[in-house]
Amino acid sequence: MMSTDLTIHGPGEAVVSHDTHNGDHEAHHHKETFITKYVFSQDHKMICKQFLITGMVWAILGGLMSVLFRLQLGYPDSTFPFLEDILGKWAKGGKIQPEAYYALVTMHGTVLVFFVLTGGLSGTFANFLIPLQIGARDMASPFLNMLSYWFFWMASVVMLTSLFIETGPASGGWTVYPPLSALGDSNLGSKGGMDFWIAAMSLFVISSLLGGLNYITTILNMRTKGMSMTRLPLTIWALFFTAILGVLSFPVLLSGLILLLFDRHAGTSFYLSDIFIAATQKALPNEGGSPILFQHLFWFLGHPEVYIIILPAMGLVSEVMAINSRKPIFGYMAMIGSLFAITILAFLVWAHHMFVTGLNPFLGSVFVLLTLLIAVPSAIKVFNWITTLWRGNIRLTPAMLFAIGFVSMFISGGLTGVFLGNSTLDIHLHDTYFIIAHFHIVMGVSAFMGMFCGVYHWFPKMYGRYMNNTMSYIHFWVTFAGAYLIFWPMHYEGLAGMPRRYVEYQGWASFNQFGDLNRFISTVAMVVFAVQLMFVFNFFYSIFKGRKVTTKNPWQANTLEWTTPIRPGHGNWPGEIPEVHRWAYDYGKDGKDFILQTEPLGADEQHH
Amino acid sequence: MSTYFLFAILLLGFVITFQIAKASEYVGILKGEKKNNESNNRINGFLMIVFLVLGLIGVYWCNELFRGKILGKSASDHGEKIDQMLYITIAITGVVFFITQILLFWFSFKYQYSEKRKGFYFPHNNKLEVIWTVVPAIALTVLVGFGLMYWFQITGEAPKNALQIEITGKQFGWIYRYPGKDGVFGNKYYKNISDAENNPLGLIWEDEKTHDDIVVSQTMYAIVKQPLKLIINSRDVIHDVGLAHFRMKMDAVPGTPTTMWFTPLYTTDEMKKSTGNPDFEYEISCDQMCGRGHYTMKGIIKIVSAEEFILWKAKQISNYAMVMKDKLPAAPAADSVKTTAVNMPAKLVASK
Repeated sequence: MMSTDLTIHGPGEAVVSHDTHNGDHEAHHHKETFITKYVFSQDHKMICKQFLITGMVWAILGGLMSVLFRLQLGYPDSTFPFLEDILGKWAKGGKIQPEAYYALVTMHGTVLVFFVLTGGLSGTFANFLIPLQIGARDMASPFLNMLSYWFFWMASVVMLTSLFIETGPASGGWTVYPPLSALGDSNLGSKGGMDFWIAAMSLFVISSLLGGLNYITTILNMRTKGMSMTRLPLTIWALFFTAILGVLSFPVLLSGLILLLFDRHAGTSFYLSDIFIAATQKALPNEGGSPILFQHLFWFLGHPEVYIIILPAMGLVSEVMAINSRKPIFGYMAMIGSLFAITILAFLVWAHHMFVTGLNPFLGSVFVLLTLLIAVPSAIKVFNWITTLWRGNIRLTPAMLFAIGFVSMFISGGLTGVFLGNSTLDIHLHDTYFIIAHFHIVMGVSAFMGMFCGVYHWFPKMYGRYMNNTMSYIHFWVTFAGAYLIFWPMHYEGLAGMPRRYVEYQGWASFNQFGDLNRFISTVAMVVFAVQLMFVFNFFYSIFKGRKVTTKNPWQANTLEWTTPIRPGHGNWPGEIPEVHRWAYDYGKDGKDFILQTEPLGADEQHH
Repeated sequence: MSTYFLFAILLLGFVITFQIAKASEYVGILKGEKKNNESNNRINGFLMIVFLVLGLIGVYWCNELFRGKILGKSASDHGEKIDQMLYITIAITGVVFFITQILLFWFSFKYQYSEKRKGFYFPHNNKLEVIWTVVPAIALTVLVGFGLMYWFQITGEAPKNALQIEITGKQFGWIYRYPGKDGVFGNKYYKNISDAENNPLGLIWEDEKTHDDIVVSQTMYAIVKQPLKLIINSRDVIHDVGLAHFRMKMDAVPGTPTTMWFTPLYTTDEMKKSTGNPDFEYEISCDQMCGRGHYTMKGIIKIVSAEEFILWKAKQISNYAMVMKDKLPAAPAADSVKTTAVNMPAKLVASK
């Protein structure tokens, strides 16, 4: 998968690292074969790249799925013979069949939420940054870390396989609500595809737990000398809270899925009651279950999940924003406090997804209050980012542009959350395009912005080369403008009550007035997707042919990863791990542009 | 053919972009890193302002374009409250949106890199932080206050004079049941459901209260300005009664009946006039993913005057009567069956 050009024996410094390594990481440097170095690697940096590239493969697949179903939505009257070439019976006559449409939206959601924005985002940056930024040679357990990737890989294989089985993959929506997901007779995708889905997600949960426990342990136990918790960069704080969220909420999803499996195959009635299937003209024996139970279990993960997606992005953006503004992040403690508040509240708001399920209105009101409370720490973060820009000396690098784009998207999407979190408005807006617009902006596009920000910023550290700037700038502006063009008008469709997950709207007098708009959105979506392919090209091209990094610290940043050699070996630092004397954000202090964390405090210097 | 042509153009675009990108990188190296960064900064800083201005114009233009298409005035009393809440929320969040977005892009432009400037060391300021903790908290308290006030009004008990209709979702359509002259719904059990025997809801014929229950599909009739209470059921998977014009929505959950009530304000005919659309109908859309026919799961609500409703209901035959008629087509004893629905006097309709 990876090229031999990735050798760590490249430029001078890395070679030195092998000559001068001393006692405590000698053990790591037994002879490395191709297998131990690129496949079953225990080096966190390699595992990071494995997560990143697997995530990119999934992102392309997931994005392609959205292009396909947007084709149907934008051009409902047209036929596309090439679709029949790729999809066969699922696009008979060049028109995507309803089952295929629902399979595509379901897989698009599952893939993007879990495999790209959880596995790909957390997996990549937690692996890469935690040891490098806290000053550790590797994770607490490199072996578990390796397993975490390979469970992710197995989950990917199972999920991918489900796309090819005869009855198709799961197609009841990414939330897989029973009874639809429990009964194969009610939905084609709920036959074999759903079992694959459950199996893949179970493997994914295991991967996420192995990774998460490792991240938490590493951050708590393996910080270098002097690296107190309040000297950690915000990236690490964000990844720390992300891991805690994952460890506490993913098992609940797993339990929910196991009960679903029982209902599917063991004749239990956890989620099933009073069901008559029209297709078979049979009443099922199950009585006494409640499908609402599944929704509680699902959203107890499902809501923290959106913070699992957005917190790492917030951390990356905070770090990149401070570095490129050449001033400290504003309100470091408030930033940690708001991350903490979001983490706590993330567990207390899940039922806002269920305002119209018949939930007791009083219970609903409690969840309204708790949900809107989240807007307070979110607002603090936004104002702090804006203040970080204020009177800075801003370098508009590609990473910085994506950081600014992230904040803009987070504001736009966060504010519509205030609409949806208010149960009164949710009655009208629930399950319409308004919610599609909301969560795509606030967690889909924002998280991608954060991820791109991270990739552009740390690419030189990962591969010792730069990505091409021109392509990066084009990538940013088209993605950013395109995302607004796609999702902003969707709010209006949602205000008109236009339901999501409809194959077409011709039969509906109330929703058919948006045909032109749908076509416009689909067209922009295709352009934006094409530009993402350009990013992927830029990424792989630059790994091999990018401009080489010639200094250890190309961005003049303070954190520890920039004290390692340009291409660090396994163990990260040749010789001793550096000691830390200050926080990560001394930019522009006392007339100095930046002060590395490793630099001791001056005699009369104030602690921040 | 045109598809392949499109792909070819796309590929060409890629190649050209890539060549330009590569060339500009060489130019950058020739110019020197510092100069190159400065020009990149200038261009992108300028684009920040361009984006802000075009974005704000776009927001205005988008609003002009679509505000006439978002269903117009609410057709129910609850919907009016929801619209009111919407305006309050748009006002408050709109102010925040414009302030924060303008500051964000303006700062990005204004404070772009200059050799002369140094970043201002400004790590924290308690006063500022308290301000932007307290102000959002107050704004949100206002929103929660209004929101919950309306929420409890909307989800509260339905008035006693409400017209009660049971609506049941199935893959993929809606079934409506009206209580007959006795004003109560008879019992049902899902194992009795049989489409072949014309008992789509599984009514229990042994329970005499079912004998006058009227079961119809496709179109539901309800009375203008009289509260309407829907008792919502599902026969198979989760559905959702979505009433965009009334701004109402509630899931249909198998095994757990839910309810919703509101007062329709305008008859279908009135809406036809006021919207200028002779084909106007109140549509019921299924708003919860329910399988392959989800997008076709449409129902119609006809809001009519009380008189029209009485006339319509008088014409309906009870489910029980229809079943008995089917079962005993030739039997002379058919008359002895109590076909209660036929002799339904108008005054028995809707406990007004």
